[in-house]
Amino acid sequence: MTDGQTITVDVIAVEQITPLVKHFTLARPDRGNLPGFSGGSHVVVVMRGEARVFRNPYSLLGPPHALDTYQIAVRRMEESRGGSQFMHERLRVGSRLEIAHPVNLFALDKRARKHLLIAGGIGITPFMAQIEELRGGNVPFELHYAVRSREHAAFAARLHERAGERVRIYYDDAGAPIDHDGLLAAQPLGTHVYVCGPAGMISRVTEVARRWGWPDSHVHWEQFSAPPVGDAFEVYLARAERRVQVLADQSLLEAVEAAGVDVPYLCRGGVCGFCQTRVLELDGELLHNDHYLSDAEKSSRKTIMPCVSRARCRNLVLDL
Amino acid sequence: MSAVFKPDETFRGEFNYRNSAAAIRRFPLPFPDDKYMYSVNLEPHVPGPAGSILEFAIDIDEHYVAECKERAIVLAADPLRFQALPHMMSAQWDCLELIMESLARDYPQHFTLQRHGQRWHWTNRPLNVDQEFLFGEPASLPLPPLDYIARQAPGDWVVMDQHDGDLWIEAGMVTTPADWSLDFDMGMTFKEWHGPVPLAHEMNVFDRALKYLLNLRLGAPVRRLNWTMTVHPRLDTAPETYPAWGPDRTQITAENAGDLVHLRVELQGLWRLPRSNAIVFGIRGYLISVRELATVPKWARRVHRVLKTLHPALVEYKGLARYRDAVVAWLAPYDDGSPTTPGTAPDV
Repeated sequence: MTDGQTITVDVIAVEQITPLVKHFTLARPDRGNLPGFSGGSHVVVVMRGEARVFRNPYSLLGPPHALDTYQIAVRRMEESRGGSQFMHERLRVGSRLEIAHPVNLFALDKRARKHLLIAGGIGITPFMAQIEELRGGNVPFELHYAVRSREHAAFAARLHERAGERVRIYYDDAGAPIDHDGLLAAQPLGTHVYVCGPAGMISRVTEVARRWGWPDSHVHWEQFSAPPVGDAFEVYLARAERRVQVLADQSLLEAVEAAGVDVPYLCRGGVCGFCQTRVLELDGELLHNDHYLSDAEKSSRKTIMPCVSRARCRNLVLDL
Repeated sequence: MSAVFKPDETFRGEFNYRNSAAAIRRFPLPFPDDKYMYSVNLEPHVPGPAGSILEFAIDIDEHYVAECKERAIVLAADPLRFQALPHMMSAQWDCLELIMESLARDYPQHFTLQRHGQRWHWTNRPLNVDQEFLFGEPASLPLPPLDYIARQAPGDWVVMDQHDGDLWIEAGMVTTPADWSLDFDMGMTFKEWHGPVPLAHEMNVFDRALKYLLNLRLGAPVRRLNWTMTVHPRLDTAPETYPAWGPDRTQITAENAGDLVHLRVELQGLWRLPRSNAIVFGIRGYLISVRELATVPKWARRVHRVLKTLHPALVEYKGLARYRDAVVAWLAPYDDGSPTTPGTAPDV
């Protein structure tokens, strides 16, 4: 089954915490404990709209030791295909949802001598749970959090309360960006750096880390790509013997699922590699949008991550 | 299984160990066909039929109390059979929770777990244990959490941490190994740990298994069966104690093979752990003598054929080279050449 065993939850609180971000508190209908999780985990939320089913991953941001609720925060995307709009417009207290079990693709490395956390915008969410793990331990950590302005600084008060002086917030409109160079140059040996935020921030931090000689094993980043909107195309599923239309604002994975064909997935954001699918025939080009396949695999034209990638072609046959 | 424990069984010395008729019928034969070869035979660890070894997440059977006594003997002689690196403390607590929750849920007549926030109360009636402690506070238990609970759990428990795109053995209690050493393998990656296994690397078994396990989901454990053979019903066949058991292999003849040689089957379960994101690998050994096996006509024919046609590299790796032929000869009279039904059911 595509979603594995899902968990039924009710929305028990909704709060608009910035002009773009809503915070949702989820609990089991019987208020029993939810499964335990580690900081950095996400859950995939299954949203059943009238015409479409959306499945979006959201980081769990509550303390991992408090399992009576899960907390997620959703930024409304201007170019939304519908998932974040659904969350913002349709969900209210009492709405019922299905979620998949938590998965962690952005775990803290427990061997680190120090943790350096760098967040941009809504990328703060995985760190919210991680600082709850770190504040109880004796490994030092710092959190550097860049936002547009004070009104966009989600969780600023909570961060200061939970982590005090170990948190520093940078406001773009104050003209004081994070000095990545200075920050990464000054860390003690054994530090691990974690970055979650816009693509530009991730590539800047990873470049700077490489320039300063950080080992790759000490540099961690998470960026779930939302499946990009593109041109509609058609795909033939060889094993299911089905021809499927992929709409402009639909991902290949969603189109295959809507046709009743199950594909195992975990992240739906081009990160984990779980939904990797063999390409059997192709007369055009694959538009790869994932962070999983190597450049050689991408140019081989033999494999695709249907959660985020598309094709521009007349004939595409997949091993599904 | 509503087991009647046999606390006087021994896995050394006199080897006072037998399977009841019910235990034989539920024995997990690992051979669905008359030929055996490796495969990535992982499947979801979901509940199986009532009374089977798969009915519950962790199986408690008639040998449970005796096995725990055996474990204590091994640990007293060799404390390095339990090890945990410092960063594995949250994984140790995860294991304790998994084992206590499973046993208390599935065997309420034997085990009880009461949780009041951080204050837990654990009762293990078969072993006369009554322990109150603070979950997450190592000082509130007499032993480190994994050491504490693995002494009361069937089988071996190995904890693999996930980092750098690999799984690393960084904690465990291993007192019943089929010729491998926790002390030697600590800190190894998944493929280093499986380095000695023949043929499977070339078949990409470990590439595929590792990729699968790196994405193992919380709440969706998986399992597989593995097997070897052991002389005597001996659980501790570790490299550390090789002088005690290695020479036994030279004593096997076509006359005594039915009583001395045992098929050893491991039910291996893999669970993602919630707080630590580590994976715990439970390795539960079941032992049955060839004579007990042969009380099931289909199994006698099946095992005879599997052993007769086993790949030479597997005969060598599983340590059967000195006595495989003797076991085949002992089983030959039980194999009239008639076909076996597919699957492993005993058909009796």
